[in-house]
Amino acid sequence: MSFDGAQDGSPDFDSVRLVDASRHFGRRRALTKVSLTARAGDIVGLLGPNGAGKSTLIGLLSTIVAPTSGEVRFGNQLSRELGAALRQRIGLLAHELYVYPELSARQNLTFFAQLYGLNADAVVTPALERAGLGDRGDDDVAGFSRGMRQRLALERALLHHPRLVLFDEPFTGLDDSAVRVVSDRLRRLAGDGSIVVVATHDLDLADGLVTRVAVIREGRLIADEQASTGLRARYRSAIGGA
Amino acid sequence: MFLRTALLVLKKDFAIEVKTLEILVTTLFFAVSCVLVFSFAFVKEGQAPPDAAAGILWIAIAFSGTLALGRTFERERYAETLRALLLAPAPRPALYVGKLLGILVLLALDALILVPLIALLFTAPLFARPLLLLLLLAGGTVGFAAVGTLFAAMLIRSRTRDVLLPILLYPITVPVIICGVRGTAALLESPPDETTAVMWLGILFALDVVFLTLALWTFEPLMTE
Repeated sequence: MSFDGAQDGSPDFDSVRLVDASRHFGRRRALTKVSLTARAGDIVGLLGPNGAGKSTLIGLLSTIVAPTSGEVRFGNQLSRELGAALRQRIGLLAHELYVYPELSARQNLTFFAQLYGLNADAVVTPALERAGLGDRGDDDVAGFSRGMRQRLALERALLHHPRLVLFDEPFTGLDDSAVRVVSDRLRRLAGDGSIVVVATHDLDLADGLVTRVAVIREGRLIADEQASTGLRARYRSAIGGA
Repeated sequence: MFLRTALLVLKKDFAIEVKTLEILVTTLFFAVSCVLVFSFAFVKEGQAPPDAAAGILWIAIAFSGTLALGRTFERERYAETLRALLLAPAPRPALYVGKLLGILVLLALDALILVPLIALLFTAPLFARPLLLLLLLAGGTVGFAAVGTLFAAMLIRSRTRDVLLPILLYPITVPVIICGVRGTAALLESPPDETTAVMWLGILFALDVVFLTLALWTFEPLMTE
């Protein structure tokens, strides 16, 4: 895989860093003074119970959510300094799949390819093959199973070869074989130099996949360490028996 | 890049609408029903009250436009695709323009049916000055849709968006509707009062410039969570 952004002039970076980043929604503190660094080749597992602030953190990294205070740095630059071109280097797969059910799989990928300034003819058919939808490309997404939609959404998120790959609960609704496919893809992405951040509360799936673990509880980062075996026991000890 | 993104969003909305016809059919059905109800209420022995046709034309456009705005953004909310659009490396105001163009096409199709229908049911000489009427309709729908598209996008994450959209939209767009109604009413006089219609048209285009500028300026900060 190549990072095409180097040619198209979009800003490249080999690390992403949150520095004392906080995000408040009215009086609710979704994140409080979180500092975290992820580097190329990392698969960072964001772990924490529901409502801990994982999705808000993913939102900050994706630039969709602005920090109330603190900074998000891509390489040495602030996200607000890099502007729209930065988003050429970011891919996000969330629990909601960001695909249009009324359109076919091919129409969806073609639309997003064009939106990212890619040559749709060159990238869409291989992406459909990778998603295992080569023979269903012209079918409407509304008729797809959750697993098929998820595979399509994965290809949509990775169509432009992003440097920073953000996955928010990517394993929801997937069967075992699909989970293996997604996990293998994440490892390949990290191996190719992407920065991969995965928010999940599925410890069994995270164990053995992630290379670093960041545990969040009530909007605060309570652990940030290299991954090793026995993730569940260490998570329990960090979270306090949750 | 700006225009290409706007046209891509328009093309995507058009492709969805061609497949489903959902918004076009519902807005047209609503607008035509609205006109029919008013015609039964106001037209007696083939005679409608003066200026009624102008008011009913703009009421039908505003109500069906509100319906179209809500449904268009409901589609983007369903699978959170608005977030996917906001994540694209494109100028965010271009996304706004793309959605606005889609609404304008729908309202133009509505007007294409509504104008002859109202002319027929209210025996209103709406085609006496077709160019001026066209300009009034264009100016009015642009002003209404410019504000409506911004508000509908803003409210996409609000649980009470269906209630809030008209509450926010109508007070702000009242000047646009008034200009449209008075300008159209001037064209319905016998003979048509072109000077008055042109005056309202001028105000309408000035409002369009103000609303479009404000919407393009505020779209990005309003859409960043």
